[in-house]
Parts: sequence; C-alpha cells; structure tokens
Amino acid sequence: MDPMAAIRETFFQECEEQLGELEAGLLLMENGTAEAETVNAVFRAVHSIKGGAGIFALDALVRFAHVFETALDRVRSGQMEASPPVLNLLLRAADVLADLVRAAREGGVADAAHVASLVVEFNQINSGAKPPAPAPIPTPVQQWEIIFTPRPELYAKANETALLLRELQRLGEMRVVLNASRLPELAELEPEGAYLTWCITLEADCTAQAVRAVFEFVEDDCELEITQALPAEPALVPGSIITGDNGFSFEFFPPVEAEEEPAPEPEPARVVQKPPTQEVAAAAREEARTATIRVDLDRVDRMIDLVGELVINEAMLSQRVLEAGLARASGVAMALEELEHLTREIQDSVMAIRAQPVRSVFQRMPRLVREVAAQTGKQVRLVTEGEGTEVDKTVIERIADPLNHMIRNAIDHGLESPEKRLAAGKPAEGQVKLAAMHRSGRIVLEVSDDGGGINRARVKQKAIENGVIGPDAQLSDDEIDNLIFLPGFSTASTISDISGRGVGMDVVRQSVAALGGRISIASKPGLGSTFTLSLPLTLAVLDGMVVAACGHILIIPLGTIVETLKPKAADVFPLDNGINVLRLRGGYVPMVDVAVALGYSERRIDPEQSVALLVEGEGGLRAVLLVDAIHGQRQVVIKSLEANYRAVPGIAAATVMGDGRVALILDVDAVLRNNRNETARAEPARAELTLQEAI
Amino acid sequence: MDESISKPVNVTPQQQELIAFRVGRQEFCIDVMKVREIRCWAVATVLPRAPRYVRGVINLRGAVLPIVDLAARLGLPGSEPTARNVIIVVQIAQQQIGLLVDAVSDILTADEKSIQPAPDVASELVRSFVKGLLPVDGRMISLISLDLVLPTELQEAA
Repeated sequence: MDPMAAIRETFFQECEEQLGELEAGLLLMENGTAEAETVNAVFRAVHSIKGGAGIFALDALVRFAHVFETALDRVRSGQMEASPPVLNLLLRAADVLADLVRAAREGGVADAAHVASLVVEFNQINSGAKPPAPAPIPTPVQQWEIIFTPRPELYAKANETALLLRELQRLGEMRVVLNASRLPELAELEPEGAYLTWCITLEADCTAQAVRAVFEFVEDDCELEITQALPAEPALVPGSIITGDNGFSFEFFPPVEAEEEPAPEPEPARVVQKPPTQEVAAAAREEARTATIRVDLDRVDRMIDLVGELVINEAMLSQRVLEAGLARASGVAMALEELEHLTREIQDSVMAIRAQPVRSVFQRMPRLVREVAAQTGKQVRLVTEGEGTEVDKTVIERIADPLNHMIRNAIDHGLESPEKRLAAGKPAEGQVKLAAMHRSGRIVLEVSDDGGGINRARVKQKAIENGVIGPDAQLSDDEIDNLIFLPGFSTASTISDISGRGVGMDVVRQSVAALGGRISIASKPGLGSTFTLSLPLTLAVLDGMVVAACGHILIIPLGTIVETLKPKAADVFPLDNGINVLRLRGGYVPMVDVAVALGYSERRIDPEQSVALLVEGEGGLRAVLLVDAIHGQRQVVIKSLEANYRAVPGIAAATVMGDGRVALILDVDAVLRNNRNETARAEPARAELTLQEAI
Repeated sequence: MDESISKPVNVTPQQQELIAFRVGRQEFCIDVMKVREIRCWAVATVLPRAPRYVRGVINLRGAVLPIVDLAARLGLPGSEPTARNVIIVVQIAQQQIGLLVDAVSDILTADEKSIQPAPDVASELVRSFVKGLLPVDGRMISLISLDLVLPTELQEAA
C-alpha cells in the first residue's frame, strides 16, 4: 500500500471511531444524561472528521461536516437549545455524515438530495436564532487565568507547549509562571512523564471560547482551567516565582521570538489549588484512556495462524518424544511440558488481541429501536447490559445482523401496542432488554421483551396452515415456541416493513448456526419472551471430541455434544428402511452412523460395538451419532477447506492434528439435516413424526 | 540435443521454462511458474464423497492442501502412492493444489516454436488436457493445461 493510501485508511478508521462517539454522545444528550463534556466530545468528533476530510480534499464531506459543526457549536456555546427537534436533526445528520464517510471511503456517492435537504434544515436552525450581528462584538479587555497542565500524552502526540503559549500570546498581553512543584527527584523522573503546570494570566479582548480554541487539539490530553479573573483580585508581586514544595523553583522564560515584543511586566499569579476531588476524577479519566495501538487485522490474523502452527508443532514434538521412548520424568519431557504451557498462554494472549467488547454492536441498537418504535407506533425503552463483554472480532462483525433482526422482532411481534399494554395493566412503555455475558467459555446474548409472549395458538394454527405440522399434532409449549425458527414462518398476518417478510427467525437461526452458535426461546404468556443466543468466543479455535469412524479421525464440536453413551442392543429398535432409533430415558432418538453418513462405509456398525454421542443441532434437532471410538478431547485450530478446495457436505472445516495430519471437523447440523431428509425420502408418512420429535 | 530445447540458461520472452514429470509410463510438463514447491508424498486425509481422483487433503505448513491424483484424473492406470511418489504444489488462481505424480524428471526451457500442437484425435484425454507436444531427446512430453486438470467442481467453487 502506498503511504498516502495507508494514511487515508487510518483516517477512515478514525472516522469510524469518531462516528461511534458522535452517535453515543448524541444519544446521551437525547436521554438527558449528557454532561457538559458530552457536547464538546460530539463537537470534536465532527470537527476532527472535517479536519481530516479537508486534508484528503473530500469536499462533500467537508461541506456537510462544516454545517453540522456550526450547529453543534451553537449548541455547545448555549446559543441554541438542544431541544428534541434539534437533537432529532443532529441524529439524522450523524447518519448522513456516516453515509458520506462511507461514500468517500468506498468511492460511492451518497444520497445528494438527502444531504441537501439536511443542509437546508441546518441553515434554517442556524440562521433562525442567530443574532443579527454575527460579527463578534468587541469585548472589553478582560483578564483570564489559565491553568494548563499537560499530560504525558500531550507530549507523546508531538505537541509543544511553547508553541501553544506563543499562540496564546497572540491574543493579548500575557504572563506565564511555571509551577514545577510536581517535579520529582531526578532519580524518580520518568523521561516521558509530564510534571509541569503553567499558570497564565492573559489580558485580552477575547471570549473564553477564543482562549479555549488555542488548546482545542490538546484539550483531551491536558488539564485546562480557564477562569475570568475578577478585577478586584489583589495583584501579585511582580517577578514572583512559584516555588515547589520540594525546593525547586522555576521561572518561565518566553520563547525567543516572543522576546522581541516588549516583555510583559511580571505580574502576580495566583496558585489555584485544585480541589482534590477533581484530581481523582482526572486520574480516573486517565485510567479509562489506556494506551492503545492500531494494528492491521491481517497482522493479527497472521499471528494467530502462526500460533496455531506452534500449537501443532508442539504437539508433534511431544509425540516424537514419546515415540523416542524418553521417560515422563526426563528433563526433555519436563521442558516440553513447560513449552506446552507457554504455547497455550501465547495462544490465549493472541486470541485476546482480537477480542473486543460488544459495545460497538450494542451502540447501534438504540437508533434501530427508535426507528422501529416510530414505525410501529409503540413506546419502547431499550435497556442494555454487559456491553463490556468481550468476544472475538469475527464474531462481533457477524452478530450485528441477527441482533438487529431479533430486536426488530421483539418490538414488532413481542411488544403490544400502548393501548393493549395499559389494558393488561402494564406501563404503556414496553421494555426490550439486550444483555451480553460470558457463560462457560461461550458468549451468551439475550434479547428479552416484556410483551405478550408467543401466541401459541396462532403459531400452531399457522404451522398447520403452512403444512409444517399435521392438524392433529400434539406439541408441547416449548415445541410450539420453537416452530418460529422454521423456514418461511412468520405469524404477522400482514407483511410489514419491519419483520414480517417471512424470513425472520429462520434467517437468524441460520446465521447463528453458521457461527457455531445456538438460539433458543423461552416465552411466558402475558409476560414476554426471551431469546437466548449462545456463541463461541472465537471462530478460530474450537473445542472438539476426537473420534474415529471407519478408521478416519474426525472432530465433533464439543458444543453440540449433549452426552456420550454406550448403547445396549435391547434399546435399539429398527424403525424402517434400516433406520434405527435408540430408546433414551423413555424417548426415541434416531441413530446416525457417521461413517455411513459420510460415505466412508456402506455397512452400518453394530451399535453395541460402537460409542454413541447424543448430539443436538440447530433448532434442538437431536440424534445419536455412532462412531468406532473416542480418542479424547482437544482444542483444535480451524482451517478452511474452501481456501484451496471447496465446501464438503457434512464437513464444517478441517484442522491439523498433533501428528501433522489433517483431520476433518464434522458439520453436525448438516449430518442431522441430511439424515432427516433421507428419512423423509424413505418414508414420507414418518417424516412428520421425525420432525415433531426433532423439534 | 535439440537447439531449441535445452536446460535453462537465459530464458528469453519467447521461451518457456517447464517442469517435466512422469505419470505411469508417460511424461508430462507444466509451466514452471505455476509450481510453488515439490514435496514427497504424505498420507492424505480422505474427504467424504470426493471425486475418485481427489486423494484427500494434507497439511502444508498449516494450510489444507487438496491432492489430485494426476494418473486418475488423466484416466491412466495408477497404483497406490508410496514414499517414492512426489507432490507438485501448484498455484491455480487463488488456490493451491497438490498434484500427485510418480517423479519429477526434468526442467526444460522450450521455445514457443518447438511446442507442437496436439494432434486432433478422438481422445477425450488429449482434447481436455494436452495443450501441445514437445520432442526432447527422442522422448515425447505432453504439455498439459492446469486449468483443465482441475476438477470442474473445483473451478466452480473457486
């Protein structure tokens, strides 16, 4: 990549972050939980995008950002109230800004008419309340006290305090006194630390904003206090020197060029003692802003690949050592064990690099909720929990769509209209809760609503209409609830814009299954429904059971295995056409011979000679898989088969085992589906029964 | 030795470097630029429901590499591979594939002109895979097209 393109890419990455902050800030303002700093952060986000866009000559973006920024500046300075209509416009503008950034990044074109209409709206509000004389009213000379304490980051970003002070001097007469009381002994001095505070007295005919503007780009990286000095303030003795309590004393000397101007009379400076609480708050802020670096995802992926190799190599080495007949207690074996620990740790650490909090996905939801609420005429409050829960980046990217669907569904189908809610004795405003948590090595996402719950009679009737179940089928409540995950199932009697396209939950289930996850539903009539998504933390490694089928080594994802058992001949019943079922605690579960299902063998193995694994696939589909033997359990690095070959039916992916050979990872869902289809072909009358059992 | 076909010295634009290998009793060659590496045979993991000529997959430094048995693909009599067999790893578009052959026999530099067109015969094998014929030291080496050696389903998947 040429350097310019790389810088451009960085700019767009930063834009993404700024847009996230913009949105989050605007939502805080809308909720009324915004602090004074929020509006500044929002303003800075737009301002930074505008600045960057200017460098890359992205004119459309600059123009829009400018108008947007102007409005925000007026809100910031209190000239315009952040009323709901204004906030609504600002939120919409944030959307357009995001569109424009995307258009600039991908070389596309944003909806020009939409952009223009927003600009018109902005111009209306910007000009509407604007004072007739936009030129700054000459302000009388005022005295400003500025206390400026840079943090280390300020220096790390190559800012120069002298330049800032020089800039400040342009505004008017100024005296600067350095407070070096925090400067430690030389031995304790952190070379890249920041210990100095400048107390500046500025006499200028400018506003507080003008003073603040000098520090605009370093505001985040310093403590800045700007106060208007009262005229009655007693003057300090000229030439006063601030003395630190450790005995050091410093006086600030203005930069060389500045000396050409008449040196200002040293004036009294006040040492403003900051209240301790503020310091604590600052420290907390500092902590939240931990040092980060931006790394190309490809590099991280490459590292993950290499660590995967390392794990395989380490396993190969262990095996060789065993083969060489070295004792377990020998030095080699012990060193090897340490190597194994280290390797695992490296693997965990590398995986952690890719982990990200789900916040980025959750942040997109409030807007969606508002949109859907507006479309459906329902009142909705979104509650989020566990935004900090971390999960692999690949998973993050792919949970947004299913979550979108589920939230739409929760509002459209789950929540009742305000009138119905009031009639049922509930508050008119419904609640949709989105929660994330870690649970036994997986991430669990829950979308719950306090609506009416699943209308089981309606679902069942619909299922009968669609021919999914027979008219006289006896289904348990759970089974009925799970019907909504079947393809083409939607209970919305009219096709709505929001969710009733007949693709709803089936698509969600599929995309979740593609991620190696599972979805389930719990519903209580009148109280609401909870959808639970359980996903692996990463898509790069998998916990699997190593089994042998007809001499071939296969990996069965541990997440799908419910239990392992040793079938007894007395529990095996032939159903039809060579299909056997196994009696299991009073129920009957179809048996699938893995070697036959994959075409490795024609002849079924004797169930009594085999090991059986009860597995559960998507939609709660259950079956007993028969294999020759279980070789153990291990974490495997997932390798794509498609990269150099193609998708293989019944196989999800491949991995490399300790002996360097490739082993295949069984696609349990595909095997179960396939088995179901074969059963259906073999005996149409039985298909319904199988399906019902499966659900 | 024929003037136009010699061991690689300085390859001019009109010349092509080729790698020759044996499959059964026949000799074939492919463009050397397509070859990534040559390695010895390792037992492949059988893929379910794969075409007969796809031997399975092996681990190539962490990547999963499918192995195409060239003898089976070209419809020649083949035998179970042994440690003496060789895998030629070739790059085709974005994919890497291992070709199972009996042995690598030669590296040649051939003039475009010296490559004779494949005779128009009724053989499906010749029509599908053979791009040209090269006379070398009294032997005949068939220049084969890799794109067609690939199973068609593979190309669709690619």
